[in-house]
Amino acid sequence: MLRIENLSKTFNKGSENEINLFNNFNLHIEKNKCTAIIGPNGCGKSTLLNIISGSILMDSGKIFLNGKDISDLKEEERALHIGRVYQDPSMGVSPSLTILENMSLANKKGEKFGLKKLIKKDNMDKYIELLKSLDLGLEDKLNTKVKFLSGGQRQSLSLLMAALKHPDLLLLDEHTAALDPKTSYVVMKKTKELLDKYKMTTIMISHNMKDAIEYSDRIIMLDNGQIVLDTPSANISEEELMAIYKAKLDQYIA
Amino acid sequence: MDLIITSLEQGLIFGILAMGVLLTYKVLNEADLSVEGTFPFGAFVFAKFVMMGLSPIISTLIAFLLGTLAGLITCILFIKLKIKPLLAGILTMTMFYSINLRLNGKANIPLFSYDNLFNIGPTLIILVILVLAIKILLDTFLKTEKGYLLIATGDNEAFVKSLGINSNKYKVIGFMLANGLIALSGALMAQYQGFADITMGTGVIVIALASIIIGDTVKRKANWFKNTSRAIVGAIIYKIIGGIAIDLGLAPTDLKAISAIIVILFIAYNNLAIDLLGAARKKERRKINAQNREPIKDF
Repeated sequence: MLRIENLSKTFNKGSENEINLFNNFNLHIEKNKCTAIIGPNGCGKSTLLNIISGSILMDSGKIFLNGKDISDLKEEERALHIGRVYQDPSMGVSPSLTILENMSLANKKGEKFGLKKLIKKDNMDKYIELLKSLDLGLEDKLNTKVKFLSGGQRQSLSLLMAALKHPDLLLLDEHTAALDPKTSYVVMKKTKELLDKYKMTTIMISHNMKDAIEYSDRIIMLDNGQIVLDTPSANISEEELMAIYKAKLDQYIA
Repeated sequence: MDLIITSLEQGLIFGILAMGVLLTYKVLNEADLSVEGTFPFGAFVFAKFVMMGLSPIISTLIAFLLGTLAGLITCILFIKLKIKPLLAGILTMTMFYSINLRLNGKANIPLFSYDNLFNIGPTLIILVILVLAIKILLDTFLKTEKGYLLIATGDNEAFVKSLGINSNKYKVIGFMLANGLIALSGALMAQYQGFADITMGTGVIVIALASIIIGDTVKRKANWFKNTSRAIVGAIIYKIIGGIAIDLGLAPTDLKAISAIIVILFIAYNNLAIDLLGAARKKERRKINAQNREPIKDF
């Protein structure tokens, strides 16, 4: 499904702050599975997602999506196959537009944008039904500007919009990290429902070990751009995972 | 009465300018300072073509079309050459100062002896029709699929990219459209006052911003009151305020300072009024709380 081959990436090349993050990094992500990536700050989780989505260019290597080489595609060209939900709830939406306008834009993804009216009455039922599935009452707020929604509502909407056209690959970049524990739980549950419903191939970054085990099929732990653990989520307990994680962190402190 | 009609007419012409600046300043969220070069550019292009014998309608249209090129140049500077948008606009403006002088070889061109748009009928009616037509076209465009992408580009570029869309394309569309309208406004101004002059661009960015900001303050909460209408109404109010100031004995040369002060006052009002109200309310609440506090009676 997604294959990364011989990825190398160095930041601040040639300066004293040079950071060699990835060195001949290889990864294969299976279709219709949810893979969780965990690891301490600076381990390369977000960089990896940015490289996959094309917002950071790699120094060398190849990325294949569904067998197709996407290494040379621009960010917006890759976006046609990749959906992404960011940590910041306002990143995945247009905050000063209404829910209806945002949904209508997301629904046009991959099609030609022309000089026809964007808002069409005949799609309304579809949007209302989708919003209802979120169970947040957003279906009654179609004409509310997204910036007036709470973080959790906005993030749920971002998730819905990112998944609306069933992208080949869904990237969840710590998408519940900015939410309070209760909202985070609700959004995670919605995520699970969506993933189960559409069977999307997903890469999820998380700092929450419990979430990682509960919601993913496979866990990968990164450290300094290297895979230090790669296991089916069913084979590991939260305590074991935490122990490995702590051991890694202790290396830095010691 | 004369004052009101003159202010209305000039306000309508500046309304087109304000709608143009609205596209870059408010919709795309970029300050495009090339305005001060593009506005006289429209006037000089009009002068050039009307003096060549073309009809005023065609000459005005050419001013609009060539004006879009100024927007394109600014975009190339900041998208392709990665110059900061603010500086890119200033560079374009400076280039157009020389271009404007080159166009006709003179800094001031009298146009009284040439045909102009306002010879067709009453000036005010022509302007109302023209401005309304532009406003409706612009509003309609902003409701289309492409129009919404333009709005979203100013709102959150990452979101537009995530839709598989090259957001730079929409910046170019916005800047070109904006500068076309600004040049059109300049061409109309030249016809209205009967001459094109190199200094007519000085301070127009402030006039446009003043119009937008004043328009924003009118009926702030009304959703039906579109940004384009606000820009037009703002430009008219601005002109009336300016007219009154001159009527009261101020020299026309003081107007620039007045416009800057209007902008400062309105922005300050928008930024600070809410805080002041909040502070007043807090004080009031403290008072009430103190009154409601149960007095400690005897033990």
